[in-house]
Amino acid sequence: MTRISVRVDGVDYTDEVEPRTLLVHYLREQLGKTGTVVGCDTSNCGACTVHLDGRSVKSCNVLAVQADGHEVTTIEGLATGGELHPVPQAFHECHALQCGYCTPGMIMQAVDVLRENPDPSEEEIRLGLEGNLCRCTGYHNIVRAVRQAAGAREGAQA
Amino acid sequence: MIPAAFDYVAPTSLDEALQALGSGDDVKVIAGGQSLLPILRMRLNAPERLVDLGRIEELRGVSEEGDSLVIGAMTTYSDVLDSDLVRQHAALLHKAIREVADPQIRHRGTVGGALVHADPAGDVGAPALALDAELVVAGPGGERTVAAGDFFRDLFETAVGEGELLTRIRIPKHTGWGAHYEKFVRVAHQWSIVAVGATVRVDGRTIAEARVGLTNMGSTPLRATAVEQALVGKPATEEAVREACAAAAEGTNPPSDLNGDADYRRHLATVLTRRAVLTAAGA
Repeated sequence: MTRISVRVDGVDYTDEVEPRTLLVHYLREQLGKTGTVVGCDTSNCGACTVHLDGRSVKSCNVLAVQADGHEVTTIEGLATGGELHPVPQAFHECHALQCGYCTPGMIMQAVDVLRENPDPSEEEIRLGLEGNLCRCTGYHNIVRAVRQAAGAREGAQA
Repeated sequence: MIPAAFDYVAPTSLDEALQALGSGDDVKVIAGGQSLLPILRMRLNAPERLVDLGRIEELRGVSEEGDSLVIGAMTTYSDVLDSDLVRQHAALLHKAIREVADPQIRHRGTVGGALVHADPAGDVGAPALALDAELVVAGPGGERTVAAGDFFRDLFETAVGEGELLTRIRIPKHTGWGAHYEKFVRVAHQWSIVAVGATVRVDGRTIAEARVGLTNMGSTPLRATAVEQALVGKPATEEAVREACAAAAEGTNPPSDLNGDADYRRHLATVLTRRAVLTAAGA
């Protein structure tokens, strides 16, 4: 076992983990943060996307020991003061999900896309989400939601 | 899927890492882990010990060294993409890395990890070859430098031996050269079926120098030297470039698989080379 200290969604944790533990399993099984899901388990689908030091990663493709000393944000850490973050709010308003399984990862990657580019074009959004698969929506409303969230953020800043 | 159990060490300096590598037979190095972790999860490999290079700061970053750029082996794809030095002096590498996998993978995956993993469908090898990169390899006996042309030995096999580590990549500056990486895939974030990286120096309207690297046209990245030679002195026009690029598949040995057979890949290589060269030349 290896001792790790990780800050997850603003809370510090110190735990013993087996080195082979994947970050997604640590989040779900040791911390109970089941908002982050395992989709394909092959690093293709992006459902398990979280932020590691502010940048999106596929948490099924990172070892928990690699996150030692770093900061993780999951879908559960996006809301502030009981208010939905603008991206999940836009997903809700634009009907950007059907079964909802890809949604946590899709939202975390959308947040990353907007961090890098606050005003992305439709094509830039599609490229930014290329590592996230959705088998229900056909992506159309997801792209709309990200555009709307970008607008909401601009509005908030103005 | 969960990897088989392994011991884990995370050295914080190159010396410690080399010591850790020499400590046993069944040791694997993990850089960004974006290729290795899927392999471990599927249990295609089950090393006894993993040496994680992720905490060695001296292996990260992009800097200048005279007429060369130096990229630390542990520099992530996204850090390379953020580097103005790379954009300015090694545009081909920048263009190729934009096409690697997806943003999440680019946040973790490293240039050095990709080179040593040496997947023939990976997007870093062909640009490294075309840009005449030198790979600096450290071992118990010190450092040695390997030219990119001597680095790739075979499928997943490089000049990096047991107990050695790739520490940095030195790339002669190609300042002012046009560049393009033309990658052919069927679906998003797929490995290259075939890809071609071209970088050219155009003088007036004439191609003065050209470098062309091929991805997934054999067990290693390849250089299309016949095309490079045929392009020199030619006008940067569709017709002249088309003729020069007809030789793109010469000397290649592409695989046949579900995405296409070898003949299809040879044909693709000529088409993609033409597109890459024309775009690189700004034609």
